[in-house]
Amino acid sequence: MHKDTSYEAVMNRRGEIMKKAVGIDYESFELDGIAFDYEQMMRKTGYSLEQVQKIQHSTGVGNTPLLELRNLTALARKFAKKGKGARIFIKDEASNPSGSYKARRASTSVYHAKKNGYKGVIAATSGNYGAAVASQAAMHGLETIVIQECYDSRGIGQPEIIEKARKCEAYGAEVVQLTVGPELFYTFLTTLEDTGYFNASLYTPFGIAGVETLGYEIAMDFREREGKDPDAVICTNAGGGNLTGTARGLLKAGAENTRIIGASVDLSGLHMASDKEFNRKSFTTGHTGFGMPYATWPDRTDVPRSAARPLRYMDEYYLVSQGEVFFMTEALAQIEGLERGPAGNTSLAVAFSLAQEMNEDQTIVVQETEYTGAGKHLQPQLSFARENGIEIFQGNPEEEVPGKNIILPSHPELIKARTVDLDKMRISYVKNTIKKNAVEKVSDNEMKFLQEEVKLDKLKLEEILRDLSIKY
Amino acid sequence: MEIIKKGSWVRIYDVVLESTERSPNLPEDTKKVPLEMWNKGFLLKDAEIGEQVSVKTLTSRIVKGKLLEENPTYTHSFGKFVPEILPIGRQLREILQGGDEDA
Repeated sequence: MHKDTSYEAVMNRRGEIMKKAVGIDYESFELDGIAFDYEQMMRKTGYSLEQVQKIQHSTGVGNTPLLELRNLTALARKFAKKGKGARIFIKDEASNPSGSYKARRASTSVYHAKKNGYKGVIAATSGNYGAAVASQAAMHGLETIVIQECYDSRGIGQPEIIEKARKCEAYGAEVVQLTVGPELFYTFLTTLEDTGYFNASLYTPFGIAGVETLGYEIAMDFREREGKDPDAVICTNAGGGNLTGTARGLLKAGAENTRIIGASVDLSGLHMASDKEFNRKSFTTGHTGFGMPYATWPDRTDVPRSAARPLRYMDEYYLVSQGEVFFMTEALAQIEGLERGPAGNTSLAVAFSLAQEMNEDQTIVVQETEYTGAGKHLQPQLSFARENGIEIFQGNPEEEVPGKNIILPSHPELIKARTVDLDKMRISYVKNTIKKNAVEKVSDNEMKFLQEEVKLDKLKLEEILRDLSIKY
Repeated sequence: MEIIKKGSWVRIYDVVLESTERSPNLPEDTKKVPLEMWNKGFLLKDAEIGEQVSVKTLTSRIVKGKLLEENPTYTHSFGKFVPEILPIGRQLREILQGGDEDA
């Protein structure tokens, strides 16, 4: 039978294609109205922490070193008030087989695909996730196709994305490269339909369960070393899965008092689907272009219900500039002797700033690093930015304008994480949910669901609903 | 024109969606251009550069497109030297070795 492959026809078949390619009946977790049973979805379709540990152990994923950054801590203390300057630690996730924490996220998906008889896996990603899926698939003897948004209409690609394509191919994956645009999803669907492969989505319960071990390990390692839980864990935030999985793992370890902090690179003003602006940014992930929309509307992903729901767990959210992250990447190499990729250091830049506000007996964990190399390194990324008309100079990073310049801090004292009003994001989430579902009245069950979704008490939520003229 | 032999490892190009077929919710600049694709595979028949061809990809899919090049190579690198990075390390070491600024 020949299927209609027009854009519209394929998009209309998305539900059917996804069900086959993920094997989850999302309908069964729907409750009345806007609500669905998130925990039930995670329990029934994901894997338990013990199972995930076993799966990851068998492929060399996880149990990465937790390193104390003594020199960076000492540097932060130079600019902190007396008695301030928390100790900074980093979880060296670059030690995973594919060079990033994404190996955790891929491990469960690929294991699940193999167990269920799929011949291959497909991932739509321009990031480290592609290499992670390809590496895991290589171990399990499965085929991999990675679909990347890679080039602008001039055929010019971000060096970081091209390096990731190389890494995918190094693990034997087929890499499909596209120009800018959300219709990548169309190619993704036709490829899934064409091959019958498993959708190794970043947003299934498998993927998020895979990250839980990261939070769990941090709590366990920390207790063993320091006899207590860390005061704060900082997660670079894009689609929300890194933060969600890590927070869930910390909670499973019982680290209930650890503050969960999100960190993103500020790319405000740049449109993520713009052909001309595509190569005017120097970060392809971990930025506000994903961080904001995915937190305030998680179900925009490639599955009906995303398992990545960061507002459920986030206590604070901070932004840093591209220049600040590049500076910290250089600092990590120069004074800690750890040369790692820039994108993973977004949370490090936030940690360096926040540590100065925290007491010196407190601790802060940066929960990832990523590999570095040609293309994926501050040198080529800044060089590429300059070739694309971005001004690069030393100065005050506060004055950086995304798409126009990158300002490397002229002094480390100038690195200041800027706080995001989480309440505004929560209101935005509620607004989106109400609007997309044309809700007029919120039932008691829906109220409970919304409270969990945005981590707010009932009174505060009622106030938001009143402001939006929604009955409850 | 040079003939690329059947079985060679090649890079191909195709237009997935013409600009008129694209999603309605796009910024103006993206709306004006087609959605383009690049892939690699083993050439199924002898062909010249620029010809429409079929290739067998690494996952054994047959994919069609315009033949671009034989033995495509990676050219990404560490880029041109960015001198603004250079002072960072020396500055940080100086601050660290300079003792407590408050003292």
